[in-house]
Amino acid sequence: MGSSRRLRPIQLVMMQLLIAVIIIWCLAPFYWTVVTSLKQANAIFYNPTTYLPNPVDMTSWRIVVTLPRFQGALINSTIIASSVTVVSLSLGSLCAYAIARLRFPGKNIVLALVLAVSMFPGIAIISPLYLQFRDWDLINNKLALILPGVTFTLPVCIWTLTAFFRDLPRELEEAAYVDGASRIQTFTQVIGPLAAPGVFTTAILLFIASWNEFLFARTFMSKVEQLTAPVAVAQFEGSDIAAATPWGEISAAAIATTIPLVILVLIFQRRIVAGLTAGAVKG
Amino acid sequence: MNAVPAHPPVRQAIRRLSTQEVLEARFALVLVLPAVFAIFLVAFYPLGHAFWLSLWKINLRFANTPWVFLGLGNYFDILTDDARWLNALRVTSTIALTSLTAEFILGMIFALVMNQAFRGRGLVRVAILVPWALTTVVSARMWQVIYHATYGVFNRLLYDLGIIEAYKPWIISPFFTIWAMIGADVWKTTPFVALLLTAGMQMIPAELYEAAAIDGATAWDRFWRITFPLIRPTLLVALLFRMIDVFRMLDLPIVLTGGGPGQATETLSLYTYRVIFTDLKFGAGSALAVTTFLIILCTAFVFIRMLGAPVAGSEAEER
Repeated sequence: MGSSRRLRPIQLVMMQLLIAVIIIWCLAPFYWTVVTSLKQANAIFYNPTTYLPNPVDMTSWRIVVTLPRFQGALINSTIIASSVTVVSLSLGSLCAYAIARLRFPGKNIVLALVLAVSMFPGIAIISPLYLQFRDWDLINNKLALILPGVTFTLPVCIWTLTAFFRDLPRELEEAAYVDGASRIQTFTQVIGPLAAPGVFTTAILLFIASWNEFLFARTFMSKVEQLTAPVAVAQFEGSDIAAATPWGEISAAAIATTIPLVILVLIFQRRIVAGLTAGAVKG
Repeated sequence: MNAVPAHPPVRQAIRRLSTQEVLEARFALVLVLPAVFAIFLVAFYPLGHAFWLSLWKINLRFANTPWVFLGLGNYFDILTDDARWLNALRVTSTIALTSLTAEFILGMIFALVMNQAFRGRGLVRVAILVPWALTTVVSARMWQVIYHATYGVFNRLLYDLGIIEAYKPWIISPFFTIWAMIGADVWKTTPFVALLLTAGMQMIPAELYEAAAIDGATAWDRFWRITFPLIRPTLLVALLFRMIDVFRMLDLPIVLTGGGPGQATETLSLYTYRVIFTDLKFGAGSALAVTTFLIILCTAFVFIRMLGAPVAGSEAEER
């Protein structure tokens, strides 16, 4: 810890105040969206607006949760994000292990490639990918999002896993070699179980990154039933398109899409922070 | 870690590799190959393809319009005769400059607080991860509701606090919109910066602070003489990634403001996207896309030089 010195009372009060400010800063917009989603339809249009939903009204939520295209979007996002996570982890863990533990020519080239992809603007390749996927008949097909999803999550995957693999004790692998295990056996039976926590942490990061992808999802999916959750929220017009902007339903949709991520954050906060910083600080 | 400089490079190349080393290298290449293949298939090959497209005049609005070869003509047009590109460049630079400055000042304050030992760290960590994990377009939707000119809580709050005397049209007026958007961006990204800086601070050995305290250094001195110089590499890495994110920024403006009013918040990426998918000019759009890529490449190069050692090279020390 940077400094565990005892603070003077005034400093302590200042600290508490700053902590409160940080928490309010982070959660206030979130609070407001929840409040808006719980207001009665006409209460949203009160001027001045009210800080609390009075009375609490679940209509917006009921509408959003039962909207088939919104349910479909949540399912699509779950399928795509899970597939991307699994494929990216399989490719990335092999690559990360080689980088962390083996000597081979061209390692720096691989690292440079990975670094380059992490800086890649999706917009730079959107036009050729679109033409390519159109020719392959992949528009409105989940593969059109899974393929680029894997490539663009690989850098985070490789960095985070490389950092985890490096922290594993080398002696166990050497012992396995001495016992006559092959390289592949060592990888699957010794390294695999040891690295499980690191792999799991990486999986969470990849899932969140993939769930949040917007550019490709908006471009390669045009059918309503194929939209992902972020695109559905971005284009959300409510149940009745003729009505005034349904801010309540929009807010409910926004919160509903966020709930899976907030649950992940609540359960795995320590791991997420560790994973998020492992690659960036050491790499 | 210094194995490589210890041998003259030529000698090492000539030295015959032992069977063990050949086997290890072969195994490593097999492991690395799938990832490298994925990277080439969906990143570098399309980038080359984008460059190829950028040499043509392609309009997909009408079926069967023939492609016309322009050479570097599209690039020439961007650099000499494209007021909208200049505007997008100006918007993007404004965001990069102000948003990054605000994020790093706030992020540093957050990090200094989080680096203290206190009860309820878990709560702060959860709070700070919420804006980070949130989908950008979802946050854009949230800020739309907050900034609303008549029903928005932002107006009500500022009015109640006596900061404004009348409600303002935050995301409709040409003057306020870009600042409102920057506000939303700073809210979302400050936590990420703070997390990285905190991680950097936790790697600083406590003995340095203890020694400084014995020497009677003030908190101000400790920050500028110990904390800041030692987290400088982390800071630069975070700055680089945030800078690149601004050049990639598209989801926030497309949902929050639609790039408007007019083109007041049209970023480079958004402009490029519209030339490709609204105007269906795939050639000119690809040229804009490649230009954005080159700008990012140059930015990254400058930062990596500033970091001293190349980022990729730092792996050598742990081999």
